[in-house]
Amino acid sequence: MHARTTAVRRAVAAVAAVSVVALGAAACGGTTKKSTDSGSSSGNGSAATASANPAAATKKGLTIAYLPKQVNNPYFTISDNGGKQAVEALGEKYKEVGTSSGTDTAGQVSYVNTLTQQQVNAIAVSAQDPGALCTALNQARKNGVKVVTYDSDTKADCRDLFVSQASAEDLGRTEVQLLAKQIGGKGQIAILSAAQTATNQNTWIGYMKDELKKPEYKDIQLVKVAYGNDDAQASFQQTQGLLQQYPNLKGIISPTTVGIKAAAQYLSGSKYKGKVQLTGLGTPNDMRAYLANGTVQSFELWDPAKLGALAGYTAVALASGQITGAPGQTFTAGDLGSFTVGQDGVVVLGKPTVFDGTNIGQYHF
Amino acid sequence: MTMTTKPAPAAAAGAPPTAGFLDRVLKVRELAIAAVLVLMLTATQLDNSAFLSQQGIKDLLLNATILVLVAVGQATVVITRNVDLSVGSVLGITAFAAGDFLHGGGNPVLAVVIAVAIGAGFGLVNGALVSLGQVPALVVTLGTLYIIRGLDSIWVGSRQITAADLPSGFVSFGHDGLSVIPYLALLTALVLVAAAYYLRSYRSGRDLYALGSSPEAARLAGVPVRKRILAAYVTCGALAGLAGALYLARFGNVDSGTGNGYELTVVSAVVVGGVAFTGGSGSVYGAALGALLLTSINSVLPSIGVSSVWVQAIDGVLLLLAIAVDRIVALRVAGLLRKRAAQTRSATHG
Repeated sequence: MHARTTAVRRAVAAVAAVSVVALGAAACGGTTKKSTDSGSSSGNGSAATASANPAAATKKGLTIAYLPKQVNNPYFTISDNGGKQAVEALGEKYKEVGTSSGTDTAGQVSYVNTLTQQQVNAIAVSAQDPGALCTALNQARKNGVKVVTYDSDTKADCRDLFVSQASAEDLGRTEVQLLAKQIGGKGQIAILSAAQTATNQNTWIGYMKDELKKPEYKDIQLVKVAYGNDDAQASFQQTQGLLQQYPNLKGIISPTTVGIKAAAQYLSGSKYKGKVQLTGLGTPNDMRAYLANGTVQSFELWDPAKLGALAGYTAVALASGQITGAPGQTFTAGDLGSFTVGQDGVVVLGKPTVFDGTNIGQYHF
Repeated sequence: MTMTTKPAPAAAAGAPPTAGFLDRVLKVRELAIAAVLVLMLTATQLDNSAFLSQQGIKDLLLNATILVLVAVGQATVVITRNVDLSVGSVLGITAFAAGDFLHGGGNPVLAVVIAVAIGAGFGLVNGALVSLGQVPALVVTLGTLYIIRGLDSIWVGSRQITAADLPSGFVSFGHDGLSVIPYLALLTALVLVAAAYYLRSYRSGRDLYALGSSPEAARLAGVPVRKRILAAYVTCGALAGLAGALYLARFGNVDSGTGNGYELTVVSAVVVGGVAFTGGSGSVYGAALGALLLTSINSVLPSIGVSSVWVQAIDGVLLLLAIAVDRIVALRVAGLLRKRAAQTRSATHG
């Protein structure tokens, strides 16, 4: 009996371990699952001891290594190329290494170790797992390597700074603003989310509801939040259900890249095309056809190239001693402007980029 | 041995009424699913008059088409007392292959043909492994499920096919139709009728049932076992391939994860449709109705405003109900056959 419970417990532990890994892996750049808010979990371990000198000159010839979640992933390729341009413009050396699988956490750890041995000046990493890289990254930091996470964070005490693609608040509020503009400020709207349990989706939806309380949206009613589970067929059927249940529906917000493209594909082949507006978080490649055929007017996402560039500027500022990672410090990031380190050592890229017919031609990811 | 030879002529003598009864039972089985479906749709329509609008009917049919196609293929295999778990992976890889070909400027018809051919190829591999290797189909196709998914991941990587990569004619084929009947549904209906006719009226089609009822007896009766199993798997693979091409047309978006986990939905549809997992009974019409029922539930719940978290629980209940009904019917049929056999035996002896 005892042996059996141990075995069961072991099995449960194994399942738990696997699901933790799976959760970490789900925080991928291209999708919108839990990318932004993973940094706020543990304390402000990034409180730096050394003092910062904002006036220090930018050092030249530093080596900045990018370690994306997955190489050859179109999203990270764009992001890292943005970083390459920024880093090389400052006179530094750029390099990129990484695993070909987005779930090879052990591989990512060994890349961190190799970079530490090569004594690069800074690592910009998009973590496959919030906890698994910690030992290796802290080892790197002990050896004087500055660590910046971008797109997907580790625990706050394993890195110097996290460059976040956008704040949850901005993402939630701007999506409402976009849709309000498209439907002329009045009518029924609905939200098509991913899973009912997706933390970041629910955070964004919370800000959407908050934004809708403002007086300028008094004529807009949010009638329902539907869950398409980031599955094409389920998102199709949830969209159909919304439109049948609320025949006067004017617009849908889908804050998930999978949901928005499924909803767009459904709308484009139905009688609702052009009559029911759709916006949310989508990638230009996914949504190009629907902008062209008039199903969608505009949608938004952060610009991955700018995210990579900001990660580069942040890494150089750290390595030059202009900042240490303590909240409140400010630094200049080339043509992106000036940034301030926020709570828990987070630097936010800013408001998401809105894509519409006029600018989508410039984006290829 | 003497026992088994004796009832044979007797059973043959009593065959016409028994066949009639069996036929009726099977028909009742399909009618029951159809009745549940009609009841459900009518109730939903009463609750929400927009449900069976022109767009609503079109959506219901479109939602079901892909699952119906794969379920018809799966039913063909399940009837032979085997199973093909690799259909989801086949659907994913063929959808990408068709998309990749179209992205390169290929002809849409040829793209569909390519998808069907690749699907049939994987079906051939499955069929060969199952029939030659004499290994349980469950294990073999579980293996090919992972192998094909792995090949898909290696080949596709992070690429994806989006609607912008596809010719607009192909995408509109995915949602247009003749009034309320979408083209995809017409194509699926055609495949369904053809498969049903073949299984019912051709000797090789009947052989599949014989195989499923009793593989050993079928072999002794001279049914070419390997050839028939191979054919069933090739059909299943080809239909999964066709479904892949239609998936591409319908959803306009394919990546290396497409079709992941689809095999379970397909198997559920087949079982709910009354195709017994023990082989030898059921029809592709039943499987198609099962698929239509399962996808319709997913449309009904959002339409009447019930949370989608209920969907899976309801699917599970339906599955258990279907199996329970099958078991009861099987017991009653067996009892009836025994009784008839006893009667005829006593009649001939007396």
